[in-house]
Amino acid sequence: MGDGTTYRRGANSIVAARARFGLVLLVPFLALNVIVIVGPSLATAYFSLTDWTGVGPAQWVGLDNYRRLLSEAEFYAALAHNLVWTGIHLTVPIGIALVGAAMLARIRRGRLVLRLVYFLPYTVASVVTAAIWQDLLDPERGILTLLSSVGVTVPNGLVLLGEQATALPSVAMINVWALWGFLLVIFLSAMQGIDESLYEAARIDGANAVREFWHVTLPGIFPTLVFVVVISVMWSLLAFDYVWIITQGGPAGATELVSTLMYREAFERFDVGYAASMGLSLTLISAFVTIGFVVVRRKGWSV
Amino acid sequence: MVGLMRRLSRASMGVALAVLALYAMGPLVVLVFNAFKTNTEIASNPLGPPLRPTFGNLAEAWELGNFATTLRNSAILAVGTALGVCIVSYLTAYALARLLRRPTGMVLYLFVSTAVPAQLFIIPVFFFWTRVHLNNSLFGLMLIYWALFTPFGSLLLRAFLVSLPRDIDDAARIDGAGEWAVMTRVILPLARPGLLVVALTTGLFAWNEFFFANTLIDYEELKPISTSLLAFRGQFSRDWGLTSAGCLFMIGPVLVLFLVLQRRFISGLTSGSLRA
Repeated sequence: MGDGTTYRRGANSIVAARARFGLVLLVPFLALNVIVIVGPSLATAYFSLTDWTGVGPAQWVGLDNYRRLLSEAEFYAALAHNLVWTGIHLTVPIGIALVGAAMLARIRRGRLVLRLVYFLPYTVASVVTAAIWQDLLDPERGILTLLSSVGVTVPNGLVLLGEQATALPSVAMINVWALWGFLLVIFLSAMQGIDESLYEAARIDGANAVREFWHVTLPGIFPTLVFVVVISVMWSLLAFDYVWIITQGGPAGATELVSTLMYREAFERFDVGYAASMGLSLTLISAFVTIGFVVVRRKGWSV
Repeated sequence: MVGLMRRLSRASMGVALAVLALYAMGPLVVLVFNAFKTNTEIASNPLGPPLRPTFGNLAEAWELGNFATTLRNSAILAVGTALGVCIVSYLTAYALARLLRRPTGMVLYLFVSTAVPAQLFIIPVFFFWTRVHLNNSLFGLMLIYWALFTPFGSLLLRAFLVSLPRDIDDAARIDGAGEWAVMTRVILPLARPGLLVVALTTGLFAWNEFFFANTLIDYEELKPISTSLLAFRGQFSRDWGLTSAGCLFMIGPVLVLFLVLQRRFISGLTSGSLRA
């Protein structure tokens, strides 16, 4: 046995000691994670198989809650509203952000200031954003009155947030206002990573701004675009704040989302087992979407 | 001709960017304007700047909305969340970046954690927290925020720590520093910029958070500004001057901090941002 082996053994034990120290350092995170997230998540799975009012013992009912969920028109209506919400969020904010970022990437003067300005709404609390837009959409003194004063005819007393047909898209558009600048900044930083020589080559080939956007910019930021699509779908399926703050699901259920319905079942109707089945289903749906996208991306699919 | 076209497209681009700026800032500007107008003025001039600025709304809202208390509660939540997340995230990130031999699984776990929706666990959290009297407690709420934001903080700090050269630790170890000293005295000072980003981002998340605050706190004197502002608006919904002033109390501190430290805010908020 030469000195080399002893030395290596010494080094190994130092590395092992370091790794043990590392495991100790993970304890606070793991404790928090188990107490707040893992434990309660498992409890949700359990409660979803029971009939429970929140107090007293939970009654095992097997898959009854899920059967009820699949036969409840209220749930399908809410899911449909989530799909409308998703459709709006996959088009409007992503569209504005893509075009805005492409324009912003082409200018130098004022780029940093504009980036800041566009990003600002994202830092505003949902409660405040809701307040601002509820005031702005007021039929008597909001921006609609401004439109009619410059000659655009607005139907008399149009209450965008109070009509069944317009409430859901209106609330979604309020969320869009808070979101698009955030997406724009993400796209902008991805676009700034595109090799400048690709643009030069495109210009030599005589490409105009639109073709440049299609053939250089979009392919260049494709992974970022996929990421943004995934979080947009996820956030749309889980949306809660704006509906709860602005319309509470009304008028007459026109803006009820799965999350707000779940919240009502759990904390107002105290049908906790049923609400838990809704929470778990919602999570599974959003997980499937996310995993689906990851798999599709791994397979090298592109448009 | 080509030159003219280019100039025209430059001009229309400028117009489009200005319209976007108006879309982003207009609503905020109107809010600030209205906070300084009397209701009589708002009725005749709902969107323009105040012609006779008044501080009456701010003073009245401060009293009626109990903002001294709710701002304090939110400040406790934001600072406590930022501190706690920084500490726990630093320990986690340090272990992953410098100590563990096979950290990949744990890193993957952190990524999954950032994507777990609150809807999956909020219901049992409410009933468990109520059982052990952690509802209606700022600490109970903070505990949730720590758990929500440490995966994000750990990933961000880990990326930061991985970028620091290994020689720093080795040199310190050769000089006889123990593992604890390397972590707290050698690497920690270097990690400060990353910690600041984590603190700002999670502090803002906590300040703005609504879902859990709305679920767990119903004592008036413990409400953070997010949920109490909602109640305040419900109470004075037709009094725009007053409610605008209340909103200003909530976004004022954020705007000031954001304008001063915008780069760190933006880099934090756009990095690995799976948690809204």
